[in-house]
Amino acid sequence: MEAVITTEKLTKRFGHFTAASELTFEVYRGEIFGFLGANGAGKTTAMRMLCGLLKPTSGKANIAGYDIYTQTDKIKNKIGYMSQKFSLYDNLTVSENIRFYGGIYGMNVPEIKAKTSELLKDLNLESEAKTLVSELPLGWKQKLAFSVSVVHNPDIVFLDEPTGGVDPVARRQFWDLIYYASEKGVTVFVTTHYMDEAEYCNRVSIMVDGVIAALDSPANLKKQYAHDSMEDVFYDLARKAKRKDD
Amino acid sequence: MISIDNITMTYNKGTVTALKSISLTINTGELFGLIGPDGAGKSSLFRILTTLLLADKGTANINGHDVVKDYRRIRNTVGYMPGRFSLYQDLTVEENLEFFATIFGTTIRENYDLIKDIYIQIEPFKNRRAGALSGGMKQKLALCCALIHKPEVLFLDEPTTGVDVVSRKEFWEMLKRLKAQGITILVSTPYMDEANLCDRIALIQKGEILSIDTPAQVIASFPVPLYAIISSNPFSLLRDARSYEWIDSCFAFGDSLHATFKKGGETGFISFMESKGHQDIQMNRFEPSIEDCFIRLLKN
Amino acid sequence: MISPERQNEKTTNMKQLYVFIRKEFLQVFRDRKTLLMLFGLPIAQIVLFGFALSNEIKNSKIVIADYSKDAVTQQLISKIGASRYFNIEENLVNAAQIDAAFKKGTIKLAVIFPAGFGEELIHTNKATMQVIADASDPNVATATTNYISQIVNDFNNHSAVAAGQPLQIVPQIRMLYNPELRGAPNFVPGVMALVLMLVCTMMTSVAIVKEKELGTMEILLVSPFKPIYIIISKLTPYLIISVLNLFIILILSDVFLDLPVRGSVLLLTFSSILFIITCLSIGLLLSINAKTQQAAMAASMMGMMLPTMLLTGFLFPIENMPLVMQGLSNLVPSRWYFIIIKKVMLKGLGFSAVWKESLILMGMCVFLFTMSLRKFKIRLQ
Repeated sequence: MEAVITTEKLTKRFGHFTAASELTFEVYRGEIFGFLGANGAGKTTAMRMLCGLLKPTSGKANIAGYDIYTQTDKIKNKIGYMSQKFSLYDNLTVSENIRFYGGIYGMNVPEIKAKTSELLKDLNLESEAKTLVSELPLGWKQKLAFSVSVVHNPDIVFLDEPTGGVDPVARRQFWDLIYYASEKGVTVFVTTHYMDEAEYCNRVSIMVDGVIAALDSPANLKKQYAHDSMEDVFYDLARKAKRKDD
Repeated sequence: MISIDNITMTYNKGTVTALKSISLTINTGELFGLIGPDGAGKSSLFRILTTLLLADKGTANINGHDVVKDYRRIRNTVGYMPGRFSLYQDLTVEENLEFFATIFGTTIRENYDLIKDIYIQIEPFKNRRAGALSGGMKQKLALCCALIHKPEVLFLDEPTTGVDVVSRKEFWEMLKRLKAQGITILVSTPYMDEANLCDRIALIQKGEILSIDTPAQVIASFPVPLYAIISSNPFSLLRDARSYEWIDSCFAFGDSLHATFKKGGETGFISFMESKGHQDIQMNRFEPSIEDCFIRLLKN
Repeated sequence: MISPERQNEKTTNMKQLYVFIRKEFLQVFRDRKTLLMLFGLPIAQIVLFGFALSNEIKNSKIVIADYSKDAVTQQLISKIGASRYFNIEENLVNAAQIDAAFKKGTIKLAVIFPAGFGEELIHTNKATMQVIADASDPNVATATTNYISQIVNDFNNHSAVAAGQPLQIVPQIRMLYNPELRGAPNFVPGVMALVLMLVCTMMTSVAIVKEKELGTMEILLVSPFKPIYIIISKLTPYLIISVLNLFIILILSDVFLDLPVRGSVLLLTFSSILFIITCLSIGLLLSINAKTQQAAMAASMMGMMLPTMLLTGFLFPIENMPLVMQGLSNLVPSRWYFIIIKKVMLKGLGFSAVWKESLILMGMCVFLFTMSLRKFKIRLQ
């Protein structure tokens, strides 16, 4: 299996504080990789480094075949990113948003046009093409944000807590989109607070106090820690965390 | 006791309806959960009950006081923790607590035993500025500030959102102990699993109440049998399962699928799936969770 | 030669740039408030500065005392009266009345023709006339005295044509209250009004809206803490700070600008407190509808600072403005405060001279304060 992300002792220090320490792992093409951890455990720092948004203090990493120190702009062309705040422009319409992001990722006009009609059809948003994003319900905004983050067919897409606050049905519809993307060979790197979503992943890593405390498939982790659910596994590990007050 | 009678709330000159004729009764000393996703109307209801907003229609009473006419009385006797931990970021933990105690005409000492269990956990940081605390710590401090005057009713609007799993569990433990002291507590949360920790719950979505009952009753009133289906590849299983003629609903739930069938459909299911190439399928009757119930109610 | 790969990169960059700029335009045109500022403001400024505000001093009210009452003085007086620069307010007789008129602040200039003016002119071809100007605004004083000189020179030259020899009427100019024509006596009071207004209005409105933004306002409202106390605690720090600021400005202008308070400091303080409370109330009113601190700041800027700067009378004389704007300036509290400070600080006058302005200021203060209290929202909507 081809590895699209490889890291070796990736570390980030802010002054005396080590946010992420010696992270070493691999993520394979087409995987749905869950990146879990309590607040303050170092998840956001790690993800920012992998996206090329933060320069590591030490260690090595390769994203989609490019080096994290010297080739960050090439990395940015090969990845997609969706943050919890949905990165869509509220006062632009649905198709204007798609057109904008398509352009940013360097797609040309015919490509964008084709992709737009494809997206609108897949998401059942054809009738809302000219609606302002601010008027869409939360669940639709979320699905649109995801589609926009993969509009340029990236190798990897990073999702930062994409399902916060949405109703259970919309959440699952969102995960349907993730599955489809994964089938097409897009690697999905997702962080979430919902432990049942951890079960949807091929493999899961749990960060505690800046280090990776566990990394395996959900089934194996449950066996290893003798629990029925990922929630209990997570609780076991998170409970021991010292970094509860930063 | 809190009684809510046909409350309707709209925004933007009537174009957005946040609450549609909601009626609800919460008994004294109850730990009541308002469960629903973002945009369901939870915060609007809270603000109406704490007298911060006027409903378009309907009435509400807290311990016999009307939320519109007797708002001053209510404001003296309830505790409120709004959606974002509202503390003074530049004041220390201790200063925040003293401030709120004084605002409520009391001192920290007077009701200390009420908040002791919670305060002990943040006391080591009492000289730290509130802005520098972690999410879990802020939450505990906010709870103390809301309790410091020994309110009759406590309103907590999404107190566990954005807080880590460990702190969430601890928070609910604290709420149970508070309930034991006789305080009526109304909590809202988008997390379905927290529903089980309440005495009674109301499931709410898009301004409407889907169900009001004890968690056990909500689960018991799930109308049809629910099955959990486990296989090695849940996703492809999901797609094929939905194509089964006799399937009623089918959703992913962690490492399994939860499905309901049309009358008698469960018998032919496994052979259908095997014909699609799936192997090692296990199917068992399963007790629904609150989330299953919520999804079912949404469907209707 | 650019490699095809590099060329490709360049085209991609151009595409990205284009798309981004397009998005920016779309966002700007969909945001009404930004549009208002981008287009409305330049238009408003052109209109204001082009038509309404000007530095040309016109229609100045002046007073003429004619002790000679001869043909020449009559001619000169009618010439002065005909000029668009002057409106002859009264034709007074004695020095005490002139002094009173200056103190009242209604006139900017006085022209005095001594007895025997015409006679002296006939016999010696020369005569002097007195011109006294209110130099508390040195620009106005310079302009008006220049105009008088021009008119007199003109008269001199014209009469030469008739009589063969030019007359030499010399205006003797005296500047009252500010003989050195320093700018400070004019702008210090203006700055005082501006600073107090800025601190009180902007800072107060921002402080209240900040509480709303943080969400702490919600908790304060759902508590026994009465809303009136919320207001008082928000206003009090700025009241105290502003009074301190006031004294700092007064001390600085005495020590560094040689501009001491010629009148009663007590009166000045009292008027200042009235003004401060007025501005605090305005800040409170602005905070009621603003949802973000930014909106509060913008409202303070557009709603208060601009009118204060333009309509107080220290940058642009009010008498020169179109009647509509003169009417508007009557609504700006700083205009009245400015008059009070100048009279007390510069002219050393007492309460009897400023009672009218003080009454107006007090009326504004009471009105705005009660209105802001009434409108303060005890709920979130």
